[in-house]
Amino acid sequence: MKIAVCVKHVPEGTARIDPGSGRLDRSGEGALNRFDANAVEEALRIKGDGDTEVVVVSMGPEKAADSLRKALAMGADRAVLVSDPAAAGSDLVATSRVLAKLLEREAADLVLFGQQASDGDGAVLWAAVAERLRLPVVSQAAELTLAGGALRVKRQNEFGYDVIEAPLPAVVAVSDAINEPRYPSLKGIMGAKKKPQDVLSLADLGVGAAEAGEAGSRTEVLALADPPARGGSQKIEGDGDAAQAIVDFLAEKRLI
Amino acid sequence: MAVLVFLEHHGSELQKGALGVLTKGASLGDTDVGAVLVGGGVRSLAAEAGAYGATTVYVADDGSFDPPLPQARVDVIAKVVGDHGYDTVLFANSVLAADIAAGLAARLEAGLNWDLADLVDQNGTLVGKRPALGDSVFVDVGWRSSPRIALFRAGSFDAVQTGGGAPQVEEVAVEPAEHSRAAKVVDQQLEEATGPSIEEADVIVAGGRGLGAPENFTLAEELAQALGGAVGATRAVVDAGWYPYSAQIGQTGKTVSPKLYVALGISGAIQHKVGMQSSNVIVAINKDANAPIFEFSDLGVVGDVHEIVPKLTELVKQRKSA
Repeated sequence: MKIAVCVKHVPEGTARIDPGSGRLDRSGEGALNRFDANAVEEALRIKGDGDTEVVVVSMGPEKAADSLRKALAMGADRAVLVSDPAAAGSDLVATSRVLAKLLEREAADLVLFGQQASDGDGAVLWAAVAERLRLPVVSQAAELTLAGGALRVKRQNEFGYDVIEAPLPAVVAVSDAINEPRYPSLKGIMGAKKKPQDVLSLADLGVGAAEAGEAGSRTEVLALADPPARGGSQKIEGDGDAAQAIVDFLAEKRLI
Repeated sequence: MAVLVFLEHHGSELQKGALGVLTKGASLGDTDVGAVLVGGGVRSLAAEAGAYGATTVYVADDGSFDPPLPQARVDVIAKVVGDHGYDTVLFANSVLAADIAAGLAARLEAGLNWDLADLVDQNGTLVGKRPALGDSVFVDVGWRSSPRIALFRAGSFDAVQTGGGAPQVEEVAVEPAEHSRAAKVVDQQLEEATGPSIEEADVIVAGGRGLGAPENFTLAEELAQALGGAVGATRAVVDAGWYPYSAQIGQTGKTVSPKLYVALGISGAIQHKVGMQSSNVIVAINKDANAPIFEFSDLGVVGDVHEIVPKLTELVKQRKSA
């Protein structure tokens, strides 16, 4: 069996948007999106001691190789990075187009995602990728089991949870409640350097430059502004009258 | 501009968040406002959609659509957009709606802007307002082609009846694509819900570590009940097993923006802040005068939740019964 895990290299520390390009500033240090570590862990858990191949894939700047190497250090077998200046600034339709091309090549039985990107808070990519691959998709997986060429997922939602079954191949986005990601061991870190790590261009995937990056995107950033300021904030000491003070405040705001 | 809104329902109830988005769609000044309802028996909900501004309601009224899965809904909405030429498709965020919106974007090669707090018409161009990076910056986002797809964060708009008449109801006949039929729901467990869900509530009373023990969540529950609201929780207490995940607010839980957010014993770590800071009014009670939550509260009370909250609940009840 083969499992592909899609991961993102995100800026470390306080992220900022570059006012010139309207894009997230990716020039500084980066790290593996922490939610993607749950997806890597889940793939490794399914693999166990078996002969399943776990391949981690990403699209991003050259430095994204660091995040892929972390996944390899955790125990993944192989990494593929799509890195191309023409892919920078890709929105959802463009990113999903490129990633789907890569995943078509890999033809994995199971494609895993983490539950969101910690930088842009995006939590949508898997559904777009699954649509392009014409595969079933299940998100918010709190439990995942495989048996007999099918998967079974416990999906959390606003009302409780659903148990969903789907045949493989399929796309699953795991919740961060699904597991506790392992830390790479020293041996894992040393071994990661020797594992296969490919870097592909858009041309390698047969994606035209007009299909990716800003040219291939259907959304755009028009302007950046400071958030609206909150009104004056009051702070009071919680003495005996605090409850009454809160009620008066709520009444003044017409909230009760 | 021709606006179509996906109306999510649960049981026989239209979701308030979706009706809020419909209210917004209707306010954009169109004569035709479409709404899509998918599932067995949804025809009976069409009139209510009309009351919130839909002029045409497309119903895929078929029990085979009942399982709350996204892909067959992509087929339905793509057909409505294709047949009727809607250029703007709006969704209220939910686990289900986010997956539908993204699948639809790929199907139609359309732009999707998500986590929007508002949508405005600027000289004939639709502009989405998106709080980003922990709401530290507001980004104006646009679409470079049609249809435009937008996903709004919970609580962005009030659901307001427009006094519109009965909508035209159109049946949508769709045979879902093979991959849309592949996943099956084999079991559903509903968590016991009393009162509104946190996505739907105008008032949320949330508890954190400062409550001290799981049983003290009754303080939050009683105050929420008195205020007619729902109970939320921080990740720390959900991880500790004090309260169910469905109540978790913050980066790994839900993003909410109720009219009133009452934070009990919550320090206000950034991971929680991003999930609730767009609430209209924030009241925080915490015994640590230096808790970060006071930096973004409208009213901060430095004190013991165990002393203040029972009195507060009692006063709210008295006021409501007066």
